[in-house]
Amino acid sequence: MPGDLKGEAIAIAVVTGALILVLPLVIGTYTLTVLAIYGMLGLSLGLIWGFGGILCFGQAAFFGLGAYAYAISAINIGESTIPMFLAVLVPAVFAVFLGAMMFYGRLNDVYLGVITLVVTLILFKVINSTAGPQYMIGNARLGGFNGIPGFQTLNVPGRPDAYIWGDSYFYVCAVLLGFVYLLVTVLLRSSFGRIAVGIRENEVRMSLMGYDVRARKTVMFAIGAAIAGLAGGLFANWAEIVTPNLFSLGQSAEIIIWCIVGGLGTRLGPVLGAAGLAYLKFLLGQQAIIDNALVTGLILVLFVLFLPKGVVPALSGLWRASFGRRAPGRIRQRRRSRHRERLNG
Amino acid sequence: MAEVALETQGLTMRFGGVIAANRVDFKLRARELRCLIGPNGAGKSTFFKCITGLQSPTEGEVYMRGIETTGWMPHQIASLGVGMKTQTPNVMDSLSVHENIWLAARRFHDSREADRKTLEIIDLLALGGIARDDLGRLGHGERQRVELGLVAVGDPWLILLDEPAAGLGAEEVERMTAIIHELNRQAALVIVEHDMQFIRSIAETVTVFHQGKVLIEDHVDRVMSDPVVSNVYLGKKS
Repeated sequence: MPGDLKGEAIAIAVVTGALILVLPLVIGTYTLTVLAIYGMLGLSLGLIWGFGGILCFGQAAFFGLGAYAYAISAINIGESTIPMFLAVLVPAVFAVFLGAMMFYGRLNDVYLGVITLVVTLILFKVINSTAGPQYMIGNARLGGFNGIPGFQTLNVPGRPDAYIWGDSYFYVCAVLLGFVYLLVTVLLRSSFGRIAVGIRENEVRMSLMGYDVRARKTVMFAIGAAIAGLAGGLFANWAEIVTPNLFSLGQSAEIIIWCIVGGLGTRLGPVLGAAGLAYLKFLLGQQAIIDNALVTGLILVLFVLFLPKGVVPALSGLWRASFGRRAPGRIRQRRRSRHRERLNG
Repeated sequence: MAEVALETQGLTMRFGGVIAANRVDFKLRARELRCLIGPNGAGKSTFFKCITGLQSPTEGEVYMRGIETTGWMPHQIASLGVGMKTQTPNVMDSLSVHENIWLAARRFHDSREADRKTLEIIDLLALGGIARDDLGRLGHGERQRVELGLVAVGDPWLILLDEPAAGLGAEEVERMTAIIHELNRQAALVIVEHDMQFIRSIAETVTVFHQGKVLIEDHVDRVMSDPVVSNVYLGKKS
């Protein structure tokens, strides 16, 4: 297996590199940056939902927490390196507590959805009502519905004057997306990832086999939150302002739609779904005839009806049907049995 | 006296007004093979679930190798080296046979050793031809066998099987019998079964449950010829 992983790592690097070179010729880097960020956010839910079996209606909460953690600490510190780490850490720690409460409380999927949804709403309400000057964290005014503008944006680590913006910022975001994608790949190939998929399939069986399902789901939930938080921190840098709308229900719903349209249970699906739908929204935003939400809703309905597995699984199924004679698993098995024969003889 | 693998004292499980298990005292020696029989609703499955931690008993205690495990979580009990097959096949359907067994092996071994153990079990259970197929697409008998593989790969010293022969053909039952005898060389087994012929072919001691209580516990021949047993279980008037 390590050989396969190496190949995949090279493929990810090559594809990321090629896209970084080609895409700016078609779409402006300012738009591409946010597409990459949304891709990362989609990947975070795609990981915990598609592979961990945890349907979180509040992935936006971690996105928003990451953005606010970055903005608040950037104002207080005046340099971006530590705030970027906090953007990952704060949502992850929050998710550990929230996840432990839900999973150790043996809540079923429906309540999990309700709780994550309500937590998002609470964060939205709380942040929204912090408009007064008394709501300060250090030097940062929370600003209520106006949000927090004017914080230190990303700089070269250790050099607060050397801002990373424009095209360079796009490169940073795209490389980070490729890096996170690689991390997710490594995670899913590790024992932890394979066990997580087993838990998605059958929790009772996995616990009868001796796995602590509660602890493993909590860790998985926190990893998803960390990735969403990183995306949030990057988003704060891109938008140069953070507002309570980051926590909105609309944002949470959109992430779920990205995953459904792109394809659950794949790594690429949620990334493509996120970038594709976000770009569509961007294009639709330039005209006023059709409402944005209407189109997103229509796409979701059409996918659920006609392509319920999503784009990527459908395409890879088509690819296998037309080019691959054998399922890849069988080829690998053959190779392995041949290898065994060689060992025996 | 040989070591005691499993013991329950006064195990009671109530669901509202219904008493599914009523002060069950049960003792199983190491490497013993015991069959549990009884009519539907006699409390066999509830008894099983209380032992494995899927339910916690209202009263009474469970001991495994002398350790009290009452109220433990299923994964804690499984980690002691206890394997269980539930009544309905309980497997990871969209994963391959190999992956299913590997996941079970991984709990007790590192990744490489788990690979080796998996191949070993696949050979033992003659699953080689279907090792890469998704479990959900296999027949009932094969799924039962894979689930037995999930249990066996952890090298348990106590195995609880709920109706392993249910829905199997004659040939598959024979194979199941051979596998159970193989497992019994290392582990104590408790088997819930309805198939009398199957029980005769594997069991020596049989415990009969009736209305949540142990009705009789004796050698299989004496149990089968007991008039009370045939009355409650086989529904015959004696």
